[in-house]
Amino acid sequence: MSDAVKFHFEVDGSDFSSAGAASVMVKKKLRQLGYPPDIIRKVSIAMYEGEINMVIHANGGTADVEVSDEEIVITLSDRGPGIPNVELAMQEGYSTARENIRNLGFGAGMGLPNMKKYTDSMKIDTVVGEGTTITMTVKL
Amino acid sequence: MKIKEIRDLLGAEVLAGEENLENDVTSACCSDMMSDVLAYVKDQGVLITGLINPQVIRTANMMDMLCVVFVRSKTPTDEMLELANECGIVVMKSDKRAFEASGILYSNGFAPKTEDGNV
Repeated sequence: MSDAVKFHFEVDGSDFSSAGAASVMVKKKLRQLGYPPDIIRKVSIAMYEGEINMVIHANGGTADVEVSDEEIVITLSDRGPGIPNVELAMQEGYSTARENIRNLGFGAGMGLPNMKKYTDSMKIDTVVGEGTTITMTVKL
Repeated sequence: MKIKEIRDLLGAEVLAGEENLENDVTSACCSDMMSDVLAYVKDQGVLITGLINPQVIRTANMMDMLCVVFVRSKTPTDEMLELANECGIVVMKSDKRAFEASGILYSNGFAPKTEDGNV
């Protein structure tokens, strides 16, 4: 078994214009590594939604992607406000994003459901007032 | 249809990705909500939008889109054009409104694709 390939990114929460840059980088790297387009699309969309969420709601955080022979694991961690009601947050269309975020084209309440849709598993560890860690896996 | 035919139909000005004008595209979507593009769109080659920010290009990149048309004469920033060139995405701007641009492409054989890939 070959060693896992790992990528680590600091996601800047202070500048919306850079939101999504880490996902673009991961997509490029996975293309260079020769993964199938459907796998790359799943990983990059799920990570992109999560990265945007971290900037919108949690003032940034860290994004880690680990690629092994069997799967690609994306871990997004922030020290934001946490998610008080995960079940509600998972409902399509539910959003706490403010109007200024909607004006930027996001905040339709589709991020978390979309992340679940594009991955084989998604785990949300969240503590109100402390932060959220989302772990998503795409099987190869 | 080749991307250069979209340029001609919409009277658009190409701002990035000129080397990819010969690429073929068959479907398009129109939205200013990138959240909806990410959630509802599948296998669309062209994004028609009036929204200006780097996330438009990043969203198109995530969705493997080949062309972004900015309507209402919205002009993308240099940063957006640089990103589009890096990603190989054709960017053009048209003075038409989103409804009209969509109608022109629709009546010339473009159609949205549904989740299961049907037109």
